Amino acid sequence: MATKQSTLQHIPTISLDPMLPHWAAIAKIQDETPGVATYALEFQDLAFRTAYSFLPGQFNMLYLPGIGEVAISISSDPETPHELLHTIRVAGNVTQAIERLKVGDQIGVRGPYGSAWPVEVARGEDLIFVAGGIGLAPLRPAIYHVIRHRAEYGKITILAGARSPEDMLYHDEFDAWREHDIEVIPTVDRADESWQGRVGVVPMLFYSLRPDPRNTTVFTCGPEIMMRFVAYEAMARRIPTERVFVSLERNMKCAVGFCGHCQYGPTFLCKEGPVLSFAQIEPFYNVEEF
Amino acid sequence: MAENLPSPGEQVVIAKPALQSVFKALDSAGYTLIAPVLRNEAIIYDEVSSVDELPIGWTAETGPGHYRLEQRGDESFFGFPAGPSTWKGYLYPSRLKLFSVSKNGGGYQTVPNQDVSPSYAFIGVRACELAAIAIQDRVFIEGPFQDPHYEARREKAFILAVNCTEPGETCFCASMGAGPRCTQAFDLALTELRDAFVIEIGSPLGARMLLDVEWSFAGALELGRADQKITDAENQMGRTLDTSDLPGLLYDNLEHPRWDDVAERCLSCTNCTLVCPTCFCSDMKDISDLTGANTERVRVWDSCFNPDFSYVHGGHLRPNIRARYRQWLTHKLASWIDQFGTSGCVGCGRCITWCPVGIDLTEEIAAIRDEA
Ligand SMILES: Cc1cc2nc3c(=O)[nH]c(=O)nc-3n(C[C@H](O)[C@H](O)[C@H](O)COP(=O)(O)OP(=O)(O)OC[C@H]3O[C@@H](n4cnc5c(N)ncnc54)[C@H](O)[C@@H]3O)c2cc1C
Ligand code: SF4
Ligand code: SF4
Repeated sequence: MATKQSTLQHIPTISLDPMLPHWAAIAKIQDETPGVATYALEFQDLAFRTAYSFLPGQFNMLYLPGIGEVAISISSDPETPHELLHTIRVAGNVTQAIERLKVGDQIGVRGPYGSAWPVEVARGEDLIFVAGGIGLAPLRPAIYHVIRHRAEYGKITILAGARSPEDMLYHDEFDAWREHDIEVIPTVDRADESWQGRVGVVPMLFYSLRPDPRNTTVFTCGPEIMMRFVAYEAMARRIPTERVFVSLERNMKCAVGFCGHCQYGPTFLCKEGPVLSFAQIEPFYNVEEF
Repeated sequence: MAENLPSPGEQVVIAKPALQSVFKALDSAGYTLIAPVLRNEAIIYDEVSSVDELPIGWTAETGPGHYRLEQRGDESFFGFPAGPSTWKGYLYPSRLKLFSVSKNGGGYQTVPNQDVSPSYAFIGVRACELAAIAIQDRVFIEGPFQDPHYEARREKAFILAVNCTEPGETCFCASMGAGPRCTQAFDLALTELRDAFVIEIGSPLGARMLLDVEWSFAGALELGRADQKITDAENQMGRTLDTSDLPGLLYDNLEHPRWDDVAERCLSCTNCTLVCPTCFCSDMKDISDLTGANTERVRVWDSCFNPDFSYVHGGHLRPNIRARYRQWLTHKLASWIDQFGTSGCVGCGRCITWCPVGIDLTEEIAAIRDEA
């Protein structure tokens, strides 16, 4: 519709559209486990690259023109934000298209968005990380943080579950993490001859832990059913639900609180989430199809 | 020229035909006028240039799943309840290009949508609709991120509000504290009397639109009559909704049997979300040309009643209508308050009128309250 010009009207203020992507080139691709690879991204705009920073647990929206946009957590060290990594599991349309990309190809990035693992609040406490499958990716920035600030934390335990030994994400880093006085306990649903670790679902690893309920914080990410059992195991050990943090996933189209898709009761998972305390979601967690 | 114009807060009286001069003033100020008109057996909003295009003498009978035009037998300009259109359709278009992308060597080039946004003058905005616009302001402007397209349209918009004197059978704005009296953010607000309009000045810009109009300050008689009409309207609401602790009621009853009951009736047609002046959910689509080298990213209205709305890889999280209706109503009346500090419902009744099976949220809430 044509607009007539006028001097009488209210003067609009022009602001930048938060839906516009920033273009980044793929600097490196590292295969992780079957169907999972880590992509190093480098922003084309130098000023934007220099200014970019994120908190552990935050995510970006990755965009391929003509194909679509998906929410992917940042999996790298928050203190080296120019070495920006995303660990992506092939699921459907967009992630399959990302899998076909090569080093040098470009991808649109918006972010960072969402809430962070409360690493500052947990300072001085024992920390238990519990990951299922790809769920270790959003936890890794928090792991890097506590390694850098190791003296500020008490006992640190990482429980990592995978379907099979070959699906164990970041397993070649586990020894390096252990060097920082971190206990890493991997478990698989199905073992093979080579596997020397535990067998069974992740929440079962809690059975061997004796966490101090007054001084322990839990960060967990994985399938919802797994996170539910992790929360129950933590509660059974009297760890308050305010100190159990989960990262939730819902359909996300905009990540800036406009599209409405990621609502989880009172919260927008792109704003107040994806990281929430179990206390925040407890009233809704058992409601079917919520 | 020494301008003798009323100031914000003052009330004036104009003869009814003089409204045409206000239209003219808006037109010369560069506005595209959008007003109620008769189209396809309903009163909807569309572009106009003259007051003759208003549905003068018409009203509509509304009810659950029911809307029928009727002759009033008088010459009222605004004697009808809200129809299926909303101002949301202008401030937040159902389809909007966000940007286009073209392949450029090994990379891409983005061109933002920089179309000059239209300058609208909205004619006949009801109190519930002002409340709905204020609610969408919170979503699109007052949060951590701003939608520049909404913001530009919104800031340019001129609002000629109308105090509601003719509530419909499905209206309950009084229960929601959203009407029928216009109390917020308008440039001019008019109350229709039999042979005159009482106009409250809301802004200096509004006052300037009276430059070529013969007006006089409203006297006690006119003010009294206008006030009485609005008070009468308040007492004639077709419906009521008990709003006491709606969040508590809904959060405590997420497994109430009434959800199964309403799921039996609801068709998940999305009508209620499309006609609702506050519903804001959207989806993004990419539209590429045949070569695949050029793509437009487009935002379109979406609805929580669409099965795909809750899709994540591996399945739909709300496959059943029960969960979708519950999401809609719980969002409107409970979680909206957590999210934006206001209810998501202004009591305009559109979702009741335009539901093909006549589902009435006030009845659903009453049923949940009774059996809670
Ligand atoms: C906050 C957040 C962080 C995430 N972090 C990671 C990560 O680090 N690594 C990783 O591999 N995956 C992550 N995911 C999941 C990832 O977004 C989905 O796997 C991806 O959207 C699937 O898209 P697709 O087009 O390949 O699949 P399709 O099945 O074709 O999905 C079609 C569309 O539906 C939407 N959608 C589908 N599944 C999801 C989902 N689970 N969450 C949100 N939207 C979805 C997307 O818009 C997607 O484009 C994250 C999701 C969220 C919400
Ligand atoms: S929920 Fe229904 S009554 Fe309430 S504002 Fe929306 S359309 Fe109007
Ligand atoms: S409540 Fe009515 S209008 Fe809304 S989706 Fe169900 S059938 Fe359609």
